Amino acid sequence: MITAEQKPMQEIIQYMAPYSKILLVGCNECVTVCAAGGRKEVGLLASALHLNSLKEGRTIDIKEITLERQCDPEYVEELNSYIDNADAVLSMACGCGVQTIAERYKNAHVYPAVNTKFMGASLGQGVWAERCQGCGDCMLGITAGICPISRCSKSLLNGPCGGTSNGQCEIGQDTDCAWRLIWERLKELGLQDRYEELVEARDWRTAGGAGPRKIIREDLAL
Amino acid sequence: MKTTSRLERVLASGAMAVTSEVGPPRGVDAEIVRTKANMIKDHVDGINVTDNQTAMVRMSSMAAGVIIKQMGLDPIIQMVTRDKNRLGCQAEIIGAAALGIDTMLCLSGDHPKFGDHPEAKGVYDIDSVQLIQCVKKMRDEGKFLGGAEMKKSPKMFIGAAANPFADPFELRVMRLAKKVKAGVDFVQTQCIFNLDKFEKWMDGVEERGLDDQVHILAGITPMKSVGMARYMKNRVPGMDVPDDVIKRMAGVSKEQQPEEGIKIAVESMERLKERKGVHGFHIMAIEWEERVAEIVEKAGMYPRPQV
Repeated sequence: MITAEQKPMQEIIQYMAPYSKILLVGCNECVTVCAAGGRKEVGLLASALHLNSLKEGRTIDIKEITLERQCDPEYVEELNSYIDNADAVLSMACGCGVQTIAERYKNAHVYPAVNTKFMGASLGQGVWAERCQGCGDCMLGITAGICPISRCSKSLLNGPCGGTSNGQCEIGQDTDCAWRLIWERLKELGLQDRYEELVEARDWRTAGGAGPRKIIREDLAL
Repeated sequence: MKTTSRLERVLASGAMAVTSEVGPPRGVDAEIVRTKANMIKDHVDGINVTDNQTAMVRMSSMAAGVIIKQMGLDPIIQMVTRDKNRLGCQAEIIGAAALGIDTMLCLSGDHPKFGDHPEAKGVYDIDSVQLIQCVKKMRDEGKFLGGAEMKKSPKMFIGAAANPFADPFELRVMRLAKKVKAGVDFVQTQCIFNLDKFEKWMDGVEERGLDDQVHILAGITPMKSVGMARYMKNRVPGMDVPDDVIKRMAGVSKEQQPEEGIKIAVESMERLKERKGVHGFHIMAIEWEERVAEIVEKAGMYPRPQV
């Protein structure tokens, strides 16, 4: 899923300073799961903004709403009945959600309340880690199910650099060396020979090197 | 001969090679490069010029290499894929060759996190193995990595690094095999303090006959003090400094520690000279270039062969 973290309160307050009628929009998908921008966080942020406005001696009006999926225009339509009453939209979705709202409502002042982080998996309660960079040409089939592009700090494709110590990455002892993990798993699977196959320089066009990416499915498009 | 590289000629002659290195300055003073190069020139077959070593901005390896070339010496430029994409790498290789540089080292480079610009984005368009493939393709096929024909190709003697001490150990011979497969001509190893482990790695290298396909230059770093030994053990990624080496350095007075460090370096060279697969030494005297000549002489490797 896409992970996110709420922005520092000061930054959000600064964004909202000129506005008194705020439409605060959460999303029921990824940001709900990673507890950054779901219904609960929308409520908490609204309270915090109210509290701050009281401290500043002014009143603000916040309309809270959490959409089923903020990156989907169909669900964003739900904002139609509130948008004209708002000076600004504060979105708690990932960058895809923020942009979907901005695209739909040309005159709306739209702001992000979270920083979109990475595509990751849950490692346990409250812990998420990067697992994919959306490079567009998945090589997990030759690296025993462990991604060197997202998990090696240098995205090396032919093995570990010389900086690995105690099985950890040179950037820090709390980061596993991806190639150590790949090697251990190749061994467990009896696929060691795979390691010696040279991986040629990659075509990064699929990873965004050819500009913004788009998927068009003729079979689904109307 | 594939190239005009003096290092290639020395190695082809069957003699043990000696290389050392010069860290370029963090400023525009070319005299610093010349002074350091002059300290080692008579005792080595090639002078490595590091490329933004430890991710700190310095005079470019190619520029400092050209300064050394203009002195009539033999620079070995280094290139890290951290700082340049495949366009930048190939452009620099062509430029270097056009300016007379014929030997280079292909590296991935330390992570930007360690340097003076930790906020920088590492490039890593290609890795060190792919850079080897790239240089080889330019040299032997006269083609760019993208496939187009070049006009007059760069004749580079291709080097790389090998670290027998980083984890996982059992992968380290295979890692070298991969670089050999990619077309590397010589490798310089990480600084060797744990000789037993290095020799264990060499056993694996010789067992696979890799030493017949690539020239291995054993990395030697003289230690100035027990403090430096401890720092390298604890702080430098992928470095293996055994406790007995630290004990030995700590066992002599502070004034005597530099001499002890040099003694350890020379003893290591004498022991490793006996290994069939070791074809020479790469001496990394970090900000201690003035002692390189002495180390080479004490190890019985002076004068250098005239080839």
